[in-house]
Amino acid sequence: MSFITKSPWIIHYDGSSCNGCDIEVLACLTPMYDVERFGIINTGNPKHADIFLVTGSVNEQNISVVKQIYEQMLEPKVVVAIGICATSGGIFRECYNISGGIDTVIPVDVYVPGCAARPEAIIDGVVKGLGVLAEKKEKLSERLKRDYIESDDLLDPLDDEIEIKVYGVQDAADAADGKEEA
Amino acid sequence: MEIGLTQVLIAVAYLIFGPLLGGLLAGIDRKITAKMQGRFGPPILQPFYDVRKLFEKEPVTINTGQDFYVMCCLIFMIITGVLFFIGENLLLIMFTLTTAGAFLVIAAYCSNSPYSQVGASRELLQMMAYEPMVLLMAVGMYMINHSFYVKDIVTGDKLSFVYLIGMFIGYLFILTIKFRKSPFDLSLSHHAHQELVKGVTTEFSGRTLAALEISHWYENIFLLGFLFLFFANGTWLLALIGVVVCLLAYFLEILIDNGYARMKWQFTLKSSWFVTIIFGGLNLVLLYFFGSFELL
Ligand code: SF4
Repeated sequence: MSFITKSPWIIHYDGSSCNGCDIEVLACLTPMYDVERFGIINTGNPKHADIFLVTGSVNEQNISVVKQIYEQMLEPKVVVAIGICATSGGIFRECYNISGGIDTVIPVDVYVPGCAARPEAIIDGVVKGLGVLAEKKEKLSERLKRDYIESDDLLDPLDDEIEIKVYGVQDAADAADGKEEA
Repeated sequence: MEIGLTQVLIAVAYLIFGPLLGGLLAGIDRKITAKMQGRFGPPILQPFYDVRKLFEKEPVTINTGQDFYVMCCLIFMIITGVLFFIGENLLLIMFTLTTAGAFLVIAAYCSNSPYSQVGASRELLQMMAYEPMVLLMAVGMYMINHSFYVKDIVTGDKLSFVYLIGMFIGYLFILTIKFRKSPFDLSLSHHAHQELVKGVTTEFSGRTLAALEISHWYENIFLLGFLFLFFANGTWLLALIGVVVCLLAYFLEILIDNGYARMKWQFTLKSSWFVTIIFGGLNLVLLYFFGSFELL
């Protein structure tokens, strides 16, 4: 069983929007909806977060910001686009500086339509995201296992010679030394 | 002090039940906090889910040094607790406690992130704020029981609380800093959604963050154990009272946490030194002049 579905921490970013969805996301944290019931915590730190909630569309200025937040998050991670702006650009779609929904920049796993998306819909979207998160977690543990076995073949800690080969840097240094000597 | 079978058993018990109790306490803390805010709150076991989850994340670190320092922080925290519960010397315990804190600061300083750096500086300031009180307490305990050994203090027949009531108040004050509760959660806060307030943990992720969380659980149990020391005089009745007071103190910290906004570091430093000098210092002076009288 995967514990990641029991403690999904979110990070929230608001792009080009009217701030309607932004406020609805924050409404989820209030006593009325209280997402902490599900172990959801709103972190401000991509490195701690599992779910990336994006409201609003992407414009020229925030492409790098969205990308950076996404890249700083650790696997397994899920992106939930909230509101019609985030899913397709919405009302801002025709603007000269808008490149469209969030999926034009980073891969999106769950779309929550609505203008503004209601807190119930947002919570529903996050819960849907949990399924994706569990799947990704399985994939990740498989990958880590494989990497571990592969690296185990290459890297026997008792065998210094092989270690040098793996890192390559030392090889290059040795080669350089050899050249100088010659 | 010779290490017998009992000591080993106590150490093992602390190793196993320390984090279990600490995690449970954190879960109850979150539940009570939620209730105070009119929310339903997460399950009691939520802190354990969180830590398990962190172990499932992809292992990524800024540099290998960071992992090492956080692990050192955890190990020294465990050593502190073990030394305390097997009845070792208070001064040694304080030394290892400070070492654990120092490793956390180094771990935060070893990345270039400005938030992490600010967190590390604030952690240092917090250490400056609470350390004098902790030292004074050790001195106070010595003056009452004529020994720095926790074992002697626990079995000594004098009730430290009566003599050290000023120190007790001072300790309650710095507990807010040590438990990382508002208004003094400068370097790291548990309910924050801003980068600055995540302070020292900004660059920690996955396993590293989990290790730090577990070290907090160990630390909290140790800190409550220290509070218990004020009531220990070898009788069961007072032991019971001690446990109740520990739980009440924790509840008080939760109440304060929910009632106050975060203060500036200047206030933290000044107020804790003020309390240390007034309550701790005065207590010590009185003890020096009248300590030989039998109060109880
Ligand atoms: S979807 Fe509607 S409410 Fe949400 S940000 Fe866009 S315009 Fe505002």
